[in-house]
Amino acid sequence: MPLNLDDIRRVAHLARIEVTDAELRAAQHELNGILGLVEQLQAADTTGVEPMAHAQDVTLRLRADEVTESDERARFQSIAPRVEAGLYLVPKVIE
Amino acid sequence: MVEASLSELATALKARRASSVELTRAALDRIARAKDALNAFITVDPDRSLAQARSADARIARGEGDALTGIPVAHKDIFCAEGWRTTCASKMLADFVAPYDAHVIGRFHAAGAVLIGKTNMDEFAMGSSSENSHYGPVRNPWHGEFVPGGSSGGSAAAVAARLVPCATGTDTGGSIRQPAALCGVSGIKPTYGLVSRYGMIAFASSLDQGGAFARQAEDLALMLNVMTGFDPRDATSLDRPKEDYARELERPLAGLRVGLPKEYFGEGMDADVRAAVEGAIAALRALGAKTVEISLPNSGLSVPAYYVLAPAEASANLARYDGVRYGYRAPEYADLADMYCKTRAQGFGAEVKRRILVGTYVLSHGYYDAYYLQAQRVRRLIARDFVAAFTHCDVIVGPTSPTVAFRIGEKVADPVKMYLSDIYTIAPNLAGLPAMSVPCGFGANGLPVGLHVVGGYFGEARMLNVAHQYQRATDWHRRAPAAFAG
Repeated sequence: MPLNLDDIRRVAHLARIEVTDAELRAAQHELNGILGLVEQLQAADTTGVEPMAHAQDVTLRLRADEVTESDERARFQSIAPRVEAGLYLVPKVIE
Repeated sequence: MVEASLSELATALKARRASSVELTRAALDRIARAKDALNAFITVDPDRSLAQARSADARIARGEGDALTGIPVAHKDIFCAEGWRTTCASKMLADFVAPYDAHVIGRFHAAGAVLIGKTNMDEFAMGSSSENSHYGPVRNPWHGEFVPGGSSGGSAAAVAARLVPCATGTDTGGSIRQPAALCGVSGIKPTYGLVSRYGMIAFASSLDQGGAFARQAEDLALMLNVMTGFDPRDATSLDRPKEDYARELERPLAGLRVGLPKEYFGEGMDADVRAAVEGAIAALRALGAKTVEISLPNSGLSVPAYYVLAPAEASANLARYDGVRYGYRAPEYADLADMYCKTRAQGFGAEVKRRILVGTYVLSHGYYDAYYLQAQRVRRLIARDFVAAFTHCDVIVGPTSPTVAFRIGEKVADPVKMYLSDIYTIAPNLAGLPAMSVPCGFGANGLPVGLHVVGGYFGEARMLNVAHQYQRATDWHRRAPAAFAG
């Protein structure tokens, strides 16, 4: 079922990307093209096939719960858009 | 020195017939002169590169160092390098100076290589033409009106134009092999998990793998010897004994079983590509290899499966670009949600947004099973096809790309058409297999054709052996674009 403009608007909101009306229409056309390509997957018989999440079937390693990194706050915050007193600044969330 | 390969330069450095400072100056000079014609680099920093060259020369003078010591290496601008602007060709990271080294960068530093610059690419490695760059398109050294392929197009163009002897790249669905083919250079993507992804900006983490470009297979072996190895900082890095990837280069090809997938030799490949690939297969037979027909019955589903899985992973990975901790932040916004939405709308280019939207959709409520899980099941079918095929052959050979390079602008308006450029390269990523491309001739407009060689898991040494023996018998890899020769 092709996506309509409301679907695209909803997806763009979930992705936190602002889209203009013109972009919405272009995105609708392109996404429907891509989903048309992807639709071929539905024809494959995958009964009993385990989904493959990773290229190698290995279990992810766990590491010891130990502090291994040093405090780099000042260095990492030096590249942040806005910081104050060691905190990242964002617009007020709670009134 | 321009025509010398990495291996030859290594020998010259060791014999003190050349210094790293000389090679570095020559590379910087060629990069500067090719800037307008190719746009292959995003950042160069001559002072830093020359400082590294001087310490490499000192190291060589002490009788230390190994193959890569003093060699100028270009790195795709997806690898974080401490103190270097690392943009991923995105406005989002246009001012991002990496606070640490990627594992790959650290390995090259330890080997004494010179970081000569950061190469242009498709934004966040999403593309097959290197047109999706905030810094403008990369151009093909063989013909400036054509694309170099992508996403590692700057690295491929830099090696093809003899600006550098070698470069790094990353390959999620063909981003090393397709540009290697379209630019007429050699490129390899190792088995998933051999090269650490630490500090390599993430696109689709279950598929992303670092790799290398050079003139010839012998040089790629030297690159892999540096790049591979266990890294506890990447949870998917494989803890395996270190290998010497050059160990099988001289092995004769007599008895080699070359698999030819019948699905790849039907419709879909241009006649000029077919002629060059068939010529290469004949050359392999002449070297003693036997060809066997094999089947990869689900290969036709690789592109559809990839365009569910890669965007899904990308939508999660790129959620980190929120304008809070680093990178671009929109100058004006009403509240926090608006800051996210405007930052991401302004910071990402069109293709990146398109893939985030596709990925968000296929992962959203009600569609996850139909798209994402089904694509993961198809991924296993594709991987099983390869496992079955490799019981009949040692390597699989075919075209890297169905066409030679296309014109800049030709496919930008039609994403699906662009995606089909990777029809042969995606399946090894889904399976996690190693694969490479080597030059095997020329097609329309004098543009290069690449031969795709896919190996079994951890089959890099054997693949490099096949490519090296082929390159001893042919000279396609020695051809340089006229505008950049000698």
